[in-house]
Amino acid sequence: MTTTTTETRAAERSASRVAARVDRPQPPSALSASLTLGWRSVLKIRRIPEQLFDVTFQPVIFILMFVYLFGGAVSGSTQEYLQFVLPGILVQTVVMASLYTGISLNTDIGKGIFDRFRSLPIWRPAALVGALLADSIRYVVAAAVCLAVGMAMGFRPDGSVFDVVAAVLLVLVFAFSLSWIFAFLGLVMRSAGAVQGVSMLAMFPLTFASNVFVDPSTMPGWLRAWVDVNPVSHLVTAVRGLMAGGPDAGDIGWSLIGCAVLIAVFAPLTVRAYRRKS
Amino acid sequence: MSTLDTQTMAIEAHGLVKTFGENRAVDGVDLAVRAGTVYGVLGPNGAGKTTTVRMLTTLLRPDGGSARVLGRDVVDDADEVRKFIGLTGQYASVDEDLTGTENLVLQSRLVGLSRAQSKRRAAELLESFDLTDAASRPVKHFSGGMRRRIDLAASIVVTPDVLFLDEPTTGLDPRSRGQVWDIIRDLVAGGTTVLLTTQYLDEADQLADRIAVIDRGTVIAEGTSADLKASVGRSSLHLRLADETQRDLAERLVAQTLDTTPRSTPEAGVITAPVADPDLVADLMIRLRAEGVRIDEIGVQRPSLDEVFLTLTGHAAEDDDTERTAA
Ligand SMILES: Nc1ncnc2c1ncn2[C@@H]1O[C@H](COP(=O)(O)OP(=O)(O)OP(=O)(O)O)[C@@H](O)[C@H]1O
Ligand SMILES: [Mg+2]
Repeated sequence: MTTTTTETRAAERSASRVAARVDRPQPPSALSASLTLGWRSVLKIRRIPEQLFDVTFQPVIFILMFVYLFGGAVSGSTQEYLQFVLPGILVQTVVMASLYTGISLNTDIGKGIFDRFRSLPIWRPAALVGALLADSIRYVVAAAVCLAVGMAMGFRPDGSVFDVVAAVLLVLVFAFSLSWIFAFLGLVMRSAGAVQGVSMLAMFPLTFASNVFVDPSTMPGWLRAWVDVNPVSHLVTAVRGLMAGGPDAGDIGWSLIGCAVLIAVFAPLTVRAYRRKS
Repeated sequence: MSTLDTQTMAIEAHGLVKTFGENRAVDGVDLAVRAGTVYGVLGPNGAGKTTTVRMLTTLLRPDGGSARVLGRDVVDDADEVRKFIGLTGQYASVDEDLTGTENLVLQSRLVGLSRAQSKRRAAELLESFDLTDAASRPVKHFSGGMRRRIDLAASIVVTPDVLFLDEPTTGLDPRSRGQVWDIIRDLVAGGTTVLLTTQYLDEADQLADRIAVIDRGTVIAEGTSADLKASVGRSSLHLRLADETQRDLAERLVAQTLDTTPRSTPEAGVITAPVADPDLVADLMIRLRAEGVRIDEIGVQRPSLDEVFLTLTGHAAEDDDTERTAA
């Protein structure tokens, strides 16, 4: 039988190849290991493009819905409202996309592959950092979709290209920082469903109770108090400022401080949870 | 431990304990594996095999006891230990969404090979493991045997000094199992020490230089396959008569000569009996000839590892001490 001979030959081949010793080189640097693991996540996005639904179709629907549904009522004209709301929806979409980090991490860790990573002599948090870096690609897609749809509908940033790019970068940095919270939840919660539930709960006050959709001046005092300290509000104001060509150093500063605090608190917690994960 | 022992031992564990809540999954396991040998850890479901392997490979912190791999402590020197080991876990530890090539390149990059070296090594391993045709297919479309092989390949992108294999052939057909065995033998020939867990006695028998039988988190017997068989005690006589009508006479002679009670077997003309002293079988043959009993086949068999396993795990509680052969 032909298969048998192929098998036998394969076995003979293996005898020489497998035994040939390959010595272990120096372990990769922290950066190289993180990038390699990020590359893995990018490959997965390529293989399962449905993963990009929430950063492609969702923002399109949000923009259309909010602009045409509320535009007239809120700002008198859809065009004016678009100018106001687009930076906000951009922030909201990207911030929402960071939630996915926790869910995918939770599913991933349930499988054996993390065991393999953890049995390698690589920088421990590399698997986390890699996943978070790859998620930045999703954020870029989300930002690009928002801007493209907005421009097609008539959104015109007054700021320079440089300002717009800076605005997008600021949003990316914020989403990266925020994703540590969701990574932490992804590690400590039992199931992906639970991660999604809890993250959504955190997401609503962050994105809706903010200045994303409306000017807070008409809100009751207690809500305004929250909206004013909500880091997403500062981020939205900063992004609006940049896109309008009048960047506000104060809001940019507050946003960046928010990012630093998020990372300072949640990165160590997440890494610790990851180490403890048995 | 003398210095000589520490130098030649690839894996040493003393009193390893791991508890999950009330459940003492691993309850004082001692292991000593010589460098360059294959060590089999044999045990039924839930015995604590995987938990033991996870502690030895630094994935799980022991609650008690200590373990060293190539002289490095698995807790204090975990990073050092990881530089010398390879692990193929019980459950597929490759990325289902990535192709065979991508998985191996990923693994090669993570151990520090350059991009070009990684590609070359991936292609080489795929060929050795007979997976070239599936190289660009996502692993989720692989058959069980192919998955096991890609998993094994991923743990040897660089040659590990100590390789841990958790049930490497569970669920494989006999031919795939043979392929995995060949790969393991090749690695050992290249100087790798292998610790493998298995539920299959023939696998331990075929591959392992020494075997530890574990049950409910403790080692209930340890030794070479021959030691273990001997520890269960006696060999058995297997006699097939040419003429079934001589059975009564033959049974009487067996009983008298060997001083035991023959066991009844369902097979026509077959008599089996425990043998304390195989020398007596020669006497039996002379008497059978003298009485005119004609025989088709006669032999003395050592107990199979299956019998060992059943005896050990079936009566573990009362026989624990007497059957612990070596330590
Ligand atoms: N993470 C865990 N949490 C709680 N209990 C666990 C955990 N891992 C293992 N156990 C328990 O520890 C015991 C030993 O499990 P282990 O997986 O080590 O057995 P095993 O010998 O590998 O079994 P199998 O042959 O089925 O793979 C079992 O009772 C199991 O339920
Ligand atoms: Mg197991």
